Amino acid sequence: MTTALEIASRVRDPELPVLTLADLGVLRSVSESSDGSVVVTITPTYTGCPALDEMGADLRRSLVAAGYSSVEVRTALSPAWTTDWITDEGRRKLQEAGIAPPSKLGPQAVGPVPLNLTPPSRRVLCPRCSSPRTEEVSRFGSTACKALRRCADCLEPFEHVKEI
Amino acid sequence: MSFDNAYESLLGHEDAHWAFGTGFAEALVGVNREFPSTVDRADIAAYCLMLGDDALIMAQRLAEWCSRAPELEEDIALSNIALDLLGQARLLLTRAGEVLERDEDSLAFLRDEREFRNVHLVEIDCGPGPGGDFGTTIARLLVFSSWRLALFSRLRGSADPVLAAIAEKGLKELAYHRDHAAQWAVRLGDGTDESHRRMQAGLERVWPFVDELFLAHPVEAKLSGVAVPSAELRSEVEGVLEAVFSASGLTRPADVPTARVAGMAGRDGVHTEAMGFLLAEMQHLHRSLPGATW
Repeated sequence: MTTALEIASRVRDPELPVLTLADLGVLRSVSESSDGSVVVTITPTYTGCPALDEMGADLRRSLVAAGYSSVEVRTALSPAWTTDWITDEGRRKLQEAGIAPPSKLGPQAVGPVPLNLTPPSRRVLCPRCSSPRTEEVSRFGSTACKALRRCADCLEPFEHVKEI
Repeated sequence: MSFDNAYESLLGHEDAHWAFGTGFAEALVGVNREFPSTVDRADIAAYCLMLGDDALIMAQRLAEWCSRAPELEEDIALSNIALDLLGQARLLLTRAGEVLERDEDSLAFLRDEREFRNVHLVEIDCGPGPGGDFGTTIARLLVFSSWRLALFSRLRGSADPVLAAIAEKGLKELAYHRDHAAQWAVRLGDGTDESHRRMQAGLERVWPFVDELFLAHPVEAKLSGVAVPSAELRSEVEGVLEAVFSASGLTRPADVPTARVAGMAGRDGVHTEAMGFLLAEMQHLHRSLPGATW
């Protein structure tokens, strides 16, 4: 029998459908009780992300369709999601879909957040031709989690999941 | 498959995948909502209203730029920033509403002007209307996000688990907003004579509303360990603004004390003349068609 975790792990992100919620790192836990009820915990990428409700509804629908009658979806705000939670598999899928994955930030320093008066010089490879010569076109993109860049070699614009 | 309108072709026979309209789940569903035992819940509600109203009204002002910014990328940027702040407002108003026994929509749409607790900085017209322009809006966003970032970085240690979680979540968003505003301030301040003039004029326009951000409010003293004393934020915020000024050739305007009416300002529900017009637009639909969904 397929477990609730396996079913929940297959549910796709509504705004980045190449990724599952597990790839994106927003699926925090799935616990199944002996009476068959399931509690799923998800975390928002951005506070105002309008897709969060859809994620919960999709999870509920998939689990109910698989025979789980009692499904509760909880939200965890803390610890806060970061792009470091996107799995290696998720990064590979983004790349294949023509979306540059975020670089890994590692643990963040505590204390005052440093001000960046120029865009941070990250090495973002073009997902089409792998050129490192890419530039930021817009710091905000079609969804809260993406920025828009352009490749100086193949000239194609592409989306980049920005690091937070 | 043929459809009579574009929406139908998007939806097919299933609209559950689309995030639009009303009927969103309550913002704090499933979050640990215990209240700290050392303080009065009513004070936490009052504090959440202040921070929630700041975000809500700022989001409304930023959203006014949608389709009216100097370039398409900026339409998207300002709308995205508004969306982040609206998300913070939903969480904070929901937290306040747990004590006040009202939901977030009722707090946003059914309170009158005197019941709003936001600072004046977020409500004044900084454009695209006659009260300013893009430079003025960038000046406000720079000051607002620098201040809120300093506040949230301290609020992460709050004894209220919901406030601490909201702060931790919002911190990176605010850092991104601040960088965006700071980079624009440098680009405009260090750009042409015209861009410099308008960026400087924007700073002059918003500066009289800066002092209010650092005024101590009585509820902060009652929320020891939960709230952040506003006066503590001044030196960090001023340091950030000075760094932007020196990189951009902009001049720090002269300080102006907070304008008050009978000793009261935004946190007491006394607002500028801009607030009534703002609320009229923001609340119109909800009040005209109570309970409307789509």
